[in-house]
Amino acid sequence: MDLNTVTEVISPAAPGCWRPGDAWLGGGTALFGEPRPDVRRLLDLTAAGWPPLTVHDDGSVEIAATCTVAALYERLGRHAIVRQCCHAFLASFKIWNVATVGGNLCAALPAGPMISLAVALDASLLLIGPDGAGRRVPAASFVTGEGTTVLREGELLRSLHIPASSFAARYACRRGSLHRHGRSAALLIGRGSSAGVILTVTAATRRPHVLRLPADDLAAIPAGDYVDDVHGRPIWRQHLTRHYAAQILAELS
Amino acid sequence: MIEINGTAHDRAPRPGQCLRTYLREEGLFGVKKGCDAGDCGACTVHVDGEPVHSCVYPAFRADGHRVTTIEGLGTPDDLHPVQQSFLDAQGFQCGFCTAGMIMTSAALSADQRADLPRALKGNLCRCTGYRAVADAIAGACGVPSYASSFSSSCGAGSSSVSSCGGGSSVGSSLGAPAGPQVVTGVARYTFDLDVPGLLHLKVLRSPHAHARIIGVDAAAALAVPGVEAVMTHRDAPDRLFSTAQHENEAEDPYDTRVLDEILRFVGQRVAAVVATSEAAAEEGCRRLVVEYEVLPHVVDPVAALAAGAPVIHAGKGVPEGISRAADNVVGELHASLGDVAAGFAEADFVSSGTFRTARVQHASLETHGAVGWLDDDGRLVLRSSTQTPFLTRRAVARLYDLPQDRVRVIAGRVGGGFGGKQEMLVEDLVALAVLRTGRPVKWEYTRAEQFTGATTRHPFVVTVKAGARATGELTALQLNVLVDTGAYGNHGTSVMHHGCHETVAVYKCANIRTDAVTVYTNTVPAGAFRGYGLGQVTFAVEQVLDDLSRQTGLDPVTFRELNVVRQGDDLTAPGDHVDDLGIASYGLDQCLAHIRAASPTYSATTSPPSSPTVPPTASPLSAPAAPPAASPLPATTVPAPPAASPLPATEPTAAASPPASASSPALTGAPAGTSLSASTGAPAGASPPASIGAPAGASPSASIGAPAGASPPASIGGPVPAMQDGGEEAPDGWLVGEGMAIAMIASGPPGGHFADATVKALGGGRYELAVGTAEFGNGSTTVFAQIVADELATTPDKVVIRQSDTDLVSHDTGAFASTGVVVAGRAVLRAARSLRTGGDGHGFFDGTPRSVAFNAQWFRVAIDPDTGELRILRSVHSADAGTVMNPAQLRGQIEGGVAQAIGATLSEHVDISDTGEVTTTAFRQYHLPTFADIPRTEVHFADTTDAIGPLGAKSMSESPFNPVAPALANAIRDATGIRMTDLPYTADRIWLALQEKKGAI
Repeated sequence: MDLNTVTEVISPAAPGCWRPGDAWLGGGTALFGEPRPDVRRLLDLTAAGWPPLTVHDDGSVEIAATCTVAALYERLGRHAIVRQCCHAFLASFKIWNVATVGGNLCAALPAGPMISLAVALDASLLLIGPDGAGRRVPAASFVTGEGTTVLREGELLRSLHIPASSFAARYACRRGSLHRHGRSAALLIGRGSSAGVILTVTAATRRPHVLRLPADDLAAIPAGDYVDDVHGRPIWRQHLTRHYAAQILAELS
Repeated sequence: MIEINGTAHDRAPRPGQCLRTYLREEGLFGVKKGCDAGDCGACTVHVDGEPVHSCVYPAFRADGHRVTTIEGLGTPDDLHPVQQSFLDAQGFQCGFCTAGMIMTSAALSADQRADLPRALKGNLCRCTGYRAVADAIAGACGVPSYASSFSSSCGAGSSSVSSCGGGSSVGSSLGAPAGPQVVTGVARYTFDLDVPGLLHLKVLRSPHAHARIIGVDAAAALAVPGVEAVMTHRDAPDRLFSTAQHENEAEDPYDTRVLDEILRFVGQRVAAVVATSEAAAEEGCRRLVVEYEVLPHVVDPVAALAAGAPVIHAGKGVPEGISRAADNVVGELHASLGDVAAGFAEADFVSSGTFRTARVQHASLETHGAVGWLDDDGRLVLRSSTQTPFLTRRAVARLYDLPQDRVRVIAGRVGGGFGGKQEMLVEDLVALAVLRTGRPVKWEYTRAEQFTGATTRHPFVVTVKAGARATGELTALQLNVLVDTGAYGNHGTSVMHHGCHETVAVYKCANIRTDAVTVYTNTVPAGAFRGYGLGQVTFAVEQVLDDLSRQTGLDPVTFRELNVVRQGDDLTAPGDHVDDLGIASYGLDQCLAHIRAASPTYSATTSPPSSPTVPPTASPLSAPAAPPAASPLPATTVPAPPAASPLPATEPTAAASPPASASSPALTGAPAGTSLSASTGAPAGASPPASIGAPAGASPSASIGAPAGASPPASIGGPVPAMQDGGEEAPDGWLVGEGMAIAMIASGPPGGHFADATVKALGGGRYELAVGTAEFGNGSTTVFAQIVADELATTPDKVVIRQSDTDLVSHDTGAFASTGVVVAGRAVLRAARSLRTGGDGHGFFDGTPRSVAFNAQWFRVAIDPDTGELRILRSVHSADAGTVMNPAQLRGQIEGGVAQAIGATLSEHVDISDTGEVTTTAFRQYHLPTFADIPRTEVHFADTTDAIGPLGAKSMSESPFNPVAPALANAIRDATGIRMTDLPYTADRIWLALQEKKGAI
């Protein structure tokens, strides 16, 4: 929709541009999808020229925040877990052509499948502050709640770094929704390891939870952490989490 | 520079503008504004060949790129192959989603075409139910195009009947006259015009459920550059009206003002700002300073009835059409037939339950809105997204003390209605703004405003108690109905009366008691919605009768056959009812026969219980399905209908008008009386429908949707294991059940529904039809062309149709209450006949007398006990619409009605918080059925000819909706043993119900 309060677009934008009333602009599919009466300037990151996806010599992969979902799917879609997370989008392939991986992370919605993917692949995120200084945070701790992240004022998400070992691991994925291709109500990804299964719980909960099965207990996720909205009742999401966790454990064992 | 369809556009977009708005400002009106949030896909365009949703695409980013819109894909004279296939398959109804659907389809890879449920999750269609879309993408062809009326461009091979030789257009599957415009994006909807000097209107909406406005300080708003005017309740006429539109104005309470000092729901208009841009109007709204006195509010209808509840319309009463304003009661019905106490005393079995339906939004993809201006003569002109141009003219004229001839109301092509536009929600305020400023003014609702400031389907709470003898005959029916009309009474009383009528009148029951009230609450108003109350009450009645049939040991079809009205019966229900309603054709027996044929269980031997002690039958599908056996019911249970209609044929079909019979070759493609090879709803070996209830020698007419041995009905988008009957197989471990329900609807509203039409010769063998009715995907325009063509012995392409403009004819009540064919079509037939017989070419019909149409729906479902997921394995619908004027369109109306009802049953709910705020304000929170959510429905038509309707036709636009929810509920009951009473049945609720049954929660 038209963001009628916007008076200026800064393109390309860079760290340090930000001031109150600004919004970082990735693909725009989320920003333009809701009224934003407080936004005055758009800081366009997609024009910054960041290479969408870089494979390093050690096999690790650097994904720019501005990499579109379509590009991710094209470049890494040979990995089933990447395909599954892309298909977990409520949005269609037309949105993938524009929406960015970083934008999905920063929107911080429980059902954001790029969050699920980044956490399951044990990604490390590079954040850049207004002064240009970078810091790294694990993807698992980036989202702090529904719509909230560790990003500070004026800070931006630059890229995701995924270690090579993550692409060699075995995964099992389960998704629940009220509707066949509806918004995820629970998205669980298990990663096989010598010590058992590393389970990433997303969509069902307000923020991602990572558990090590069988050592950890799903009961460690507080009941109040399950999302309560029109996309599914908390008690059902909690049940799906247990149900799918058991399936994933069985599949990877 | 942005290159659009090969042409350079140099005007720079505004900084925060989305590409959709930019393209429309550049004149590309084929790019539609549907959801405005990236969910519906109506705005799909290609940027450098890649499909994107232009409503969430920053316009500045298109600089230096190539944009292709629907207009650049092909033109009416040079269609793109995808446009051609959407035309051939009639893959649209209102057509508002079609440009986006085509732009998306044109970009699909082969892999994506093989998985349409996923590939089309970003394209919402509210009209078709997606089957026609699937056919279009598959290249299937159903219909002859309008331009070449009698030579289908794609040959045979489709399941639809397309033969229409012999000069008979009625009964053929003619495509919509506007088809070529719709598929190329040049059809003009409400806002698809460029008006120089246009002002934009935006409203500030109430943040409180109940409040009084103490004062509005508009100084800051007026200081915003571009703001031309601010209007508050002090500027509005001190006059009450109803937003609801009916021929008989007394049907609705006069309880509404254009702008009111009292605010009765969150979202009510507080003030309007008119400005030179939407941006300035929005900013003006933000700068308004309003002081409110917050009043106590009530959002629950039971609480609203309690003593001491806040009185929502204090100071109004019976003179305004409100039954008991002090008690928040708008209207009520307390009446009996016979003696229910005696009836229950006679009963061997009694069943009862209380059922709740949710608020549902119409979700037409074109939002409400209007553009108004003064013409050269100073006359007020309103171009509106409305189903009722003439009634809106009357209402606007009265509000502003204008003679009716000083107001003109026009509807362009309307992007979906479903009853929501039988309402004046914008025209009153646009008129005020035009009269105040003297300039053109546009007000287009946002998608969020559709949820917060339009109307919803009325939520009902219905308690039904029913009694039957051991042999199955109903002895008593008792209804207790609570209707929540929201803050205003528009349609509230009429919906209640209608809801309590045909739902029980379809049954022969000597003792019926109805107690119904419609109640005000401080919530967004409810309004007219497809089915008009019938669906809500049917939802309850058909479930309780399902329980009763279980108690009696009869299958539900046999139970209905025992108890439904028959040809020759009176239609009775408690209360005073207009007595012009009768059974002028009867096909319910055939509808039931089709359902019996669909169900292996019902078509197996059934025998009435020998004594009341017979326990309820176990879930029939918990055991291996019984093999279908040919076993006609005892003849005594199914009296054969009389051969002749008792009602006089008031419009005898002229001998010169050939297509009087539904079994004409044009319809069935087979000689009358011969069973169709295409009617394969029946599994092999099952008893043919003709053996049960149907008159000897008759046959089910066109049955479509499941060609023998062809693709299974539920497999629109991918291979699924198929049952022998065409249904999908249940996954291992899932619970399986089946259920059915029926519905009856009057072919038009009581108390008058008027239509004028004129036909004149243009010379050269061409004719012009003028008719008042709006076209919003209902397809009545197509039928008008067919009627005129046959009556004047020409082809439909020779008939030019002008419509939905108050300047064209003297009156038309409107396109609602399922009247498009039976009322307006009747006027059109009379007009054409008048011209043919040397008259003035004018036709009129007053909408009386009225007949009834029938529907039946059956589902087999599977439920995953681990997650609550429900899957529809097979869906069968049978309908008695009298003469089938256009099989492809009728099928589309039925499929669309079933799909919309599946949405209301399985997903949709407008939620309201304790403070009265609507919390579901976008399609992301309010899940419309997508392609993936809708199964293919087999559609069967009964073979009847109505004695009242034009050429024997009856209504069939609202009614397919009505039996769907109870049929699904009965199937869930069959599968799980749980009677779920509250809509919708989402997976989490089903799972919770299963847990509660197990005692796990």
